[in-house]
Amino acid sequence: MNKHMNNSTDNDGIDRRGFLKCMAWAGTGTLCVVQGGVLKSFALGDVLKQRVANITGDLSFVQISDSHIGFNKAANPDVTLTLRAAIAKINALATPPAFVLHTGDLTQLSKPDEFDTLAESLKSLKTDRIHYVPGEHDVLNDNGQAFRERFGRGSQEDGWYSFDQNGVHFIALVNVLNLKAGGLGSLGPNQLKWIEKDVSSLQSSTPIVVFAHIPLWAVYPQWGWCTDDSAQALALLKRFASVTVLNGHIHQIMQKVEGNVTFHTACSTAFPQPQPGQAASPGPMKVPSEKLNAALGITDVNIVRGKHTLAIVDSTLES
Amino acid sequence: MMIRENMPNRPRKTTWVLIATVILSLALLATVTSKRLASSRSEVATTSVDIDNFSFAPRQLTIPAGRRVTWINKDDVPHTIISVDHRFKSKALDTDDKFSFTFQNPGVYEYFCSVHPTMTGKIIVR
Repeated sequence: MNKHMNNSTDNDGIDRRGFLKCMAWAGTGTLCVVQGGVLKSFALGDVLKQRVANITGDLSFVQISDSHIGFNKAANPDVTLTLRAAIAKINALATPPAFVLHTGDLTQLSKPDEFDTLAESLKSLKTDRIHYVPGEHDVLNDNGQAFRERFGRGSQEDGWYSFDQNGVHFIALVNVLNLKAGGLGSLGPNQLKWIEKDVSSLQSSTPIVVFAHIPLWAVYPQWGWCTDDSAQALALLKRFASVTVLNGHIHQIMQKVEGNVTFHTACSTAFPQPQPGQAASPGPMKVPSEKLNAALGITDVNIVRGKHTLAIVDSTLES
Repeated sequence: MMIRENMPNRPRKTTWVLIATVILSLALLATVTSKRLASSRSEVATTSVDIDNFSFAPRQLTIPAGRRVTWINKDDVPHTIISVDHRFKSKALDTDDKFSFTFQNPGVYEYFCSVHPTMTGKIIVR
């Protein structure tokens, strides 16, 4: 169930306008390696089994997503157990990640005890820190206030923020608030203004990694797997040589390269969802219990300066 | 004797007339009531809106003023019911949770799920 996905070339990996590659499979984790500002993704299981060579970089971090603590239906009656399996997988990496990104849906119902369990479980992660963005399940009844108090300290307005690590600029966006009837994910004018200001002083050669819950590309608008104003955000990042967008929400791995932008979605640590249009709705997908771990995963990212490649490794909880 | 006999008969006759009237009235009432019950039964059936497979069913519902609508979430994911112009708003409904709202005034009420905004519905109150 491990897949190695490398959408970059050894030359520059960035000048492939019009090229589109989209793959989906069930998996549980992605290792992202940023090499020279471009993100490469690898199935984490392949990394752990050393099936993928040369994925070390200047910086490596891990993305996890959609833990849905509190969910207890047939698709996975014990989401805390599978989250712990994901944590064990990260802790087994030869190079500990500089940090971990959680791209939202920490909880099922935004309940305090669900946030507690999530935070308590992640304490065992062998990493310096965890950066979060909220999913729609984390902001259900209070517009995200409880989420921001616990997981968004230092963030601005609805919870967006940025930080720098090893020369890479990371932008955390919130696209699950103030959603309009009939609409999709939304960033809103205030956040767009902030992005413009946030990147204004950066050199165009600075590698950019954007992370948000709902995909910032049109994965499947019929199911809401899309953000209304993402094109405006990406237009603000057009001058940058390398932009990597990491999302969750759809509980499966998909990747697309468009010009200077690589889009990547991560697996859930809780339960899989159907491929676009392959079911009546995007609800939790029941797979035989012995196949569940193969449908869950984590994402590991490595960055190497000087090469326009960035490595993203996805791996399942099974491997 | 006749009088004596008639004396107790008079109230008896009156009683029978009364009883007959009551029976007839009851029968009439029963007919009217059963019709009303039948119609209210069918209205009760249409006043519940199922949330299933990320959609509202029925998506559009026409009801008389004063009717109460109950939404039931049959999905494994939480949903909300939010009026587009903020006239009603539910908390997040977990599986099997319900939300009710009574529509007192005629009009068109559009609503959606704020968690999955592609889910939209409409209540028409006459």
